Amino acid sequence: MRPQLPIERHTMAVLVDNEAGVLARVIGLFSGRGYNIESLTVAEVNHAEGLSRITVVTRGTPPVIEQIKAQLERLIPVHKVSDLTVEGPAVERELALVKVAATGDPRVESLRLADAFRARVLDTTTDSFTFEITGSSEKIDAFVELMKPLGLVDVSRTGVVAIKRGAGAM
Amino acid sequence: MPPEAQGNMMSGAEMIIRALKEQGVDTIFGYPGGAVLPIYDALFKQNHIRHILVRQEGGAVHAAEGYARSTGKPGVVLVTSGPGATNAVTGLVDALMDSIPIICITGQVPTHLIGSDAFQEADTVGITRPATKHNYLVKNVADVGRVMHEAFYVATNGRPGPVVIDMPKDIQVETGPYTGSPKTKHRSYLPQVKGDINAIRQAVELIASAKRPVFYTGGGVINSGPNASQLLREFVRMTGFPITTTLMGLGSYPASDPQWLGMLGMHGTYEANLAMHDCDVMINIGARFDDRITGRLNAFSPDSRKIHVDIDRSSINKNVHVDVAIVGDAGHVLEDMIKVWKAGVHRPDKQALADWWKQIDQWRGKDCLKYEPSTDVIMPQYALQRLHALTRHLKPYITTEVGQHQMWAAQFIGFDEPNHWMTSGGLGTMGYGLPAAVGVQIAHPNALVIDVAGEASTMMNIQEFSTAVQHDAPIKVFILNNEYMGMVRQWQQISYEGRYSHSYSDSLPDFVKLAEAMHGVGLRCTKPDEVDGVIEEMMAIKRPVIVDCQVAKLENCFPMVPSGAAHNEILLNAKDAGLERADDLALV
Ligand SMILES: Cc1cc2nc3c(=O)[nH]c(=O)nc-3n(C[C@H](O)[C@H](O)[C@H](O)COP(=O)(O)OP(=O)(O)OC[C@H]3O[C@@H](n4cnc5c(N)ncnc54)[C@H](O)[C@@H]3O)c2cc1C
Ligand SMILES: Cc1ncc(C[n+]2csc(CCOP(=O)(O)OP(=O)(O)O)c2C)c(N)n1
Ligand SMILES: [Mg+2]
Repeated sequence: MRPQLPIERHTMAVLVDNEAGVLARVIGLFSGRGYNIESLTVAEVNHAEGLSRITVVTRGTPPVIEQIKAQLERLIPVHKVSDLTVEGPAVERELALVKVAATGDPRVESLRLADAFRARVLDTTTDSFTFEITGSSEKIDAFVELMKPLGLVDVSRTGVVAIKRGAGAM
Repeated sequence: MPPEAQGNMMSGAEMIIRALKEQGVDTIFGYPGGAVLPIYDALFKQNHIRHILVRQEGGAVHAAEGYARSTGKPGVVLVTSGPGATNAVTGLVDALMDSIPIICITGQVPTHLIGSDAFQEADTVGITRPATKHNYLVKNVADVGRVMHEAFYVATNGRPGPVVIDMPKDIQVETGPYTGSPKTKHRSYLPQVKGDINAIRQAVELIASAKRPVFYTGGGVINSGPNASQLLREFVRMTGFPITTTLMGLGSYPASDPQWLGMLGMHGTYEANLAMHDCDVMINIGARFDDRITGRLNAFSPDSRKIHVDIDRSSINKNVHVDVAIVGDAGHVLEDMIKVWKAGVHRPDKQALADWWKQIDQWRGKDCLKYEPSTDVIMPQYALQRLHALTRHLKPYITTEVGQHQMWAAQFIGFDEPNHWMTSGGLGTMGYGLPAAVGVQIAHPNALVIDVAGEASTMMNIQEFSTAVQHDAPIKVFILNNEYMGMVRQWQQISYEGRYSHSYSDSLPDFVKLAEAMHGVGLRCTKPDEVDGVIEEMMAIKRPVIVDCQVAKLENCFPMVPSGAAHNEILLNAKDAGLERADDLALV
């Protein structure tokens, strides 16, 4: 038997033509070949050249990760794929909007915790707060977990965006 | 508007015709309908492009595949929206799996009706996204020319494949400026054709150090063009190494050459499979380690160092981990390998190679393709041996359907040239061979084109026989009629204790009368001594022919590496498979 290969988490940045159907191609590739998508974000990053950047977080064994990169590269509208996890240090951020409906002590407690997490209050009513929080996915997970017993009612997350550290571009 | 720009103003339909002309297209395969009427009207008004009317859109794509594989040029298809496009899907996936360049233009409802469940609307780009190498929905008439040219570029560069262009009807009618030219590329798709020279040097060193080497070559050498086949022959002869080819690679190396071990894989030869299993250096050029080749992956060629040349990086390390990977075109890489080999002091270990050949000759001594001859019934292998012997001087083009007959054709018909063998390998599409033969015959009007068929597969696209009649394409449908879906029956016999669940070809037509009813010629043979006469008669008829060659019903195809087995667990005959021939015969 072959040794069990470890499952790794990789963040990839994919530069694509901003054209109809390009996201469907990427998502279809992942579902069609049975790859995992943990998070996927997309937005235009260069209007003049019509380029969008997709950030996708995936999990797989090293050969599967290599396949994912090769498969992405062979999509026709894909310009470049960077595996940020292997190409040196990178920073990753996610933004979340978190709504807590509470009064009395839990309300005060949620505000106190938000402060500790450097979350901003975006919207307030007498019986609710909506917080904006930015950070690693783990930090957001932790914050959401803490809000649950305090009256969490809604969460909206952007998914991960990432970029290389230092002066270099992708 | 300047006058030259005015000359460039035309309807979308005219742009399509112009782009096809500029791409050197002489033939398209199609079927009309409401959503492509403007294009059909533009076709009517010109004489450069021949339109071959098929009988079902699936047939159009297979015909275009046959045209493409036998010429090296892309095949072009034109179908209507909705059912026209969905009928084409099987052929598109077939072309995707087998790396065949196809341009398929589909009609679409007018742009303002898209999304309204309009008459004959289907989400063609959605449906064909995973069925194509790339696809387009054209929403602006000014894009038509550029998209057409880009589609040819994408279909034919890198690993070839099918491209769909979905053309809404209003875009076909509207007038706009013609853009693009045959020089149009794609701004991000720029495949690498030259291999990395350091990797090539490393490969050549490994090749020179081999004691038990084998070349394993595939469809990629055919895709690369006839020059790659020439270079392959040169390099293999220089090294003196044995070579085996996949089903898709047949003809890239001459079958009549003593260095060729035959096809490998599930129904490959004993010597090819054991050479793969026992080799110390494997040189894969343009093959993709398909599961029909590798068998059980963890038992696949356990002691070899592997070199893999492929134009598609995703083929590398997909199924099998390799030691030296070279991304590039087979022809370019072979050229560089030969240069490096000639420039260096690389000389193979003669003694080791002689020992290796001795071992191979011993395996060859098994004569793994032998079968029990018969004087009463036509053995399918015998029929193909005779077909090969009687036609080979004409260098026929052979297409096949899918099943036992396909494997026997691969085993018993020797190919000495590339582009003469058209078969559905990756998808295994029954019904491929007849329309593919039509496409080949249209491209080579004076050649002998034979579809080696099974009776069940023939029924899948029999309507295309009418296409052959209409367009004076004198194809020969040579049916090895065993009255079974033989390949299915074989698996049921080996793996399901002979429970032949729905694999009998019941209620078959009288193929001779069928041919006649469709205005072709029907011939039949039922005894071995009739085979030669019927083949000769078939060859002499300059019209489409169906031969109903009634063969032994329960013959099995060997050798066979059962799925999930290792190469050295290959079954050579019925006895190995735990089957008694005598019992089978009692069932006839
Ligand atoms: C009933 C049945 C039984 C079968 N049994 C067998 C069997 O016993 N043996 C067998 O061999 N097959 C068999 N097949 C076929 C099998 O399923 C595969 O289709 C076949 O093995 C694949 O051939 P290939 O590896 O040459 O790859 P292809 O499918 O031809 O792929 C070509 C490869 O070359 C690459 N390539 C393309 N262009 C270039 C270029 N210019 N330069 C370099 N590389 C390029 C591509 O990226 C790809 O990786 C069977 C099929 C059926 C239906
Ligand atoms: C479209 C399609 N449906 C089903 C199959 C599964 N299949 C593979 S071989 C085969 C039987 C083919 O029978 P026939 O054409 O008579 O050829 P034989 O094996 O008898 O030579 C079938 C049903 C297939 N390959 N393609
Ligand atoms: Mg049959």
